[in-house]
Amino acid sequence: MISFENSDLIKEQQRYAESIALERIRPLARYYDAYEHEHEIPWDFVRFIWDTGRKGLDALMPGAEVPDEPFMLQIHTSEMISWGDVGFFMCLPWPALGGNAIQNTGTEEQKNRLTERFRGERPTWTCMALTESHCGSDSSAIRTRAVRDGDGWVLNGEKLFVTSARKALEESEGFMVVWATTDPGAGRSAIRPFLVEAGNPGVRIMKLENKLGLRASDTAVVILEDCRIPLENLLGGGEKGFKGAMATFDSARPAAASSGLGIARATIDFVKEELGRQGVTIRYALPRRLLTAIERDVIDMETEWRAAWLLTVRAAWMVDRGIPSTVESSMSKVKAGEAVTRITQKGIELMGPLGYSERMMLEKWMRDGKIIDLFEGTGQINRLVIARRILGYSGRDLK
Amino acid sequence: MYSFEPTEEQKMVIDAARRLAAREFRPRMRDSDEKGEPDPAWMDEGWALSLLPASIPEQFGGFGANSALTWVLAAEELAWGDLGATLALLAPNLVALPVLRAGSPEQKAMHLPAFCNDAWAPGAAALMEPRIAFDPFALETKAVRDNGGYRVTGTKCNVPFALESDWILVYAALDGKTQALLVPTNAPGVTVGERERNMGLRALPLYSVSFADCAVPASHLLGGEQGCDFDLLLAASRTALASMAVGVARAACDFALDYTRQRTAFGEPLARRQSIAFTLAELVTDIDAARLLVWEAAWNLDQGKDAVRAAAFALNFSSDMALRTADRAVQLLGGYGYVRDYPVELWLRNARAFGVLEGIATV
Ligand SMILES: Cc1cc2nc3c(=O)[nH]c(=O)nc-3n(C[C@H](O)[C@H](O)[C@H](O)COP(=O)(O)OP(=O)(O)OC[C@H]3O[C@@H](n4cnc5c(N)ncnc54)[C@H](O)[C@@H]3O)c2cc1C
Repeated sequence: MISFENSDLIKEQQRYAESIALERIRPLARYYDAYEHEHEIPWDFVRFIWDTGRKGLDALMPGAEVPDEPFMLQIHTSEMISWGDVGFFMCLPWPALGGNAIQNTGTEEQKNRLTERFRGERPTWTCMALTESHCGSDSSAIRTRAVRDGDGWVLNGEKLFVTSARKALEESEGFMVVWATTDPGAGRSAIRPFLVEAGNPGVRIMKLENKLGLRASDTAVVILEDCRIPLENLLGGGEKGFKGAMATFDSARPAAASSGLGIARATIDFVKEELGRQGVTIRYALPRRLLTAIERDVIDMETEWRAAWLLTVRAAWMVDRGIPSTVESSMSKVKAGEAVTRITQKGIELMGPLGYSERMMLEKWMRDGKIIDLFEGTGQINRLVIARRILGYSGRDLK
Repeated sequence: MYSFEPTEEQKMVIDAARRLAAREFRPRMRDSDEKGEPDPAWMDEGWALSLLPASIPEQFGGFGANSALTWVLAAEELAWGDLGATLALLAPNLVALPVLRAGSPEQKAMHLPAFCNDAWAPGAAALMEPRIAFDPFALETKAVRDNGGYRVTGTKCNVPFALESDWILVYAALDGKTQALLVPTNAPGVTVGERERNMGLRALPLYSVSFADCAVPASHLLGGEQGCDFDLLLAASRTALASMAVGVARAACDFALDYTRQRTAFGEPLARRQSIAFTLAELVTDIDAARLLVWEAAWNLDQGKDAVRAAAFALNFSSDMALRTADRAVQLLGGYGYVRDYPVELWLRNARAFGVLEGIATV
């Protein structure tokens, strides 16, 4: 039976996440944006989440008591924390992309190792390294090399844009999932995921990117130089290859979408409140042609938000039920990437010079929001995924 | 908990509606549009689905309860077949469902059994007015109190089946608020004017109707003395139209997808070009998004929650989306999109109705 009612658990979690956003994130968001690399990790926030807050966010933790709809709960949390600030959301000490890769490709033993890591005393992060300087969308072209050598693997290469690498490798005893090829001529069939622990010799961060937004979150260039790892760090024992990377997208895309929609909602909430203060009311039921331009803009922002959100919720609903959702997940990402881009850009327009100024957060939200249409598959790549599926085309039919 | 799974019963309704749309609506759509008449088979065969009697409680002659969700699921499928056919088949809703939602017990007893018979019976509602500034919340058609009843004066346009129906549900401003009155078509002062000639919806008989100091007994005010919640009725109407917009868009998108997969240019199928494939990807994404907005609005209606915003979002998004989809479909067919041997120009004309016409359907 079709229903648009959220479970009580999720509603409760949303309230909890909202209080964290208001009390522990919003007051610091501007600072962490302004001092991109001077700042430390927002330790207060991180420790709070790890020590106390974690009970509320527990569903994000592996091994936590699993609620009926873990992924649905997750997207509601990520939306709300990103409503507070998306950079802080990326700083959450939780399994994130590295954990996602292990869940999708790891053996039971490897999954347990992940779980243990998140039970410890100290906040822990993971990261996932696929992109390289010469290829992002075309990830099957990666050159980072994995060579079997006796009782281990040796990795060599350079990884770009690795989210949270600093937190995972330098600030905690976390780990990185590295996608590398065992045979550079063989394309996707030779690509495998490997686990590199913090402190492993041969891995180092070369550079932290200076970014348009998302500045509370570190994005690193990681160098692997004769990085030797034990055999058991080949994820899934080598059985799960590139398909594993693709499988992670079914949940990573709606997750990214939900995060972007948090930013977009922050913008909408703010703009509506300011307009309300100016005495502008939005007449939702009036025919479109009778609305003022501002009313139209606000209604369009809200409409687009809702459209993208419902696509995201639907994808999450499918993920929780194990229904294959490749197309639906891409749809949510396409729509959310577009929605957050347009909504945050429009928000500034509606507030005029003040919107453009750092006196308001809108300009930051616009800078932050743009990332959603870029990572986890760009808008175009997700259109390709959808188009191939509806047309019944292979990657060769539609490049 | 969220769910996106229709009930088993609803799935059967969807299937039946889909079959009717493919078998009866599509083959006759072009002829009816050219002739300007709905095909009688639409109503005959369509009535066999018993959608309306299944929405009316037993005490009034039906055998079920109204569900906006079930309606929108059916309406999308029907409109995929043809919008004119869908509006014609569902025209009885225009009287029956507002009476069911908002009518007094007497009004229900008086009007609902007429929609539970073996044969389709028309229904008519008069909301739109022929002026640029038409505003459903500030109607020029007025009802004034007179002698314990009302007198209605004003001019309406795009009234479906005005000539064929016994009753018209007339929307008018009463004490500055929009209310609805049940008016017999043959009452003194009611004049059914010319058939409208619109760019689309040509199969649907729409008329202009004028009311000149037309006397209406007090008991005919929808909802009795306290009147009705017009916001709710408008939200239900918009939800209905939005669901049909999704159906029309799907028709156009399906067609363009098949066409561009088969048509070759420069040595390969058109759809192998990104500019075309991406257009299709965007259309299917927006169709899905629109459907979800429609479902949410319908769900709000069924739950008795305030549906005004959800319906506004649903229609705002769907009307725009349907027009864009039909336009893209014409574009993707090239010259064939522009000629009447192909259906897409018809979908473009029909799709333009959404967001412009109000009150010609309801759930
Ligand atoms: C802040 C940030 C964090 C990131 N985090 C991570 C991370 O943690 N781990 C990780 O591995 N990567 C990460 N990335 C990398 C990100 O996933 C890539 O940037 C993205 O996939 C795009 O790849 P690219 O930059 O190489 O662009 P390219 O692939 O070179 O694309 C350039 C443009 O061409 C378009 N394009 C490419 N191929 C096609 C095609 N076939 N058809 C049509 N258009 C096409 C793209 O859409 C884009 O518009 C991150 C990036 C940023 C900016």
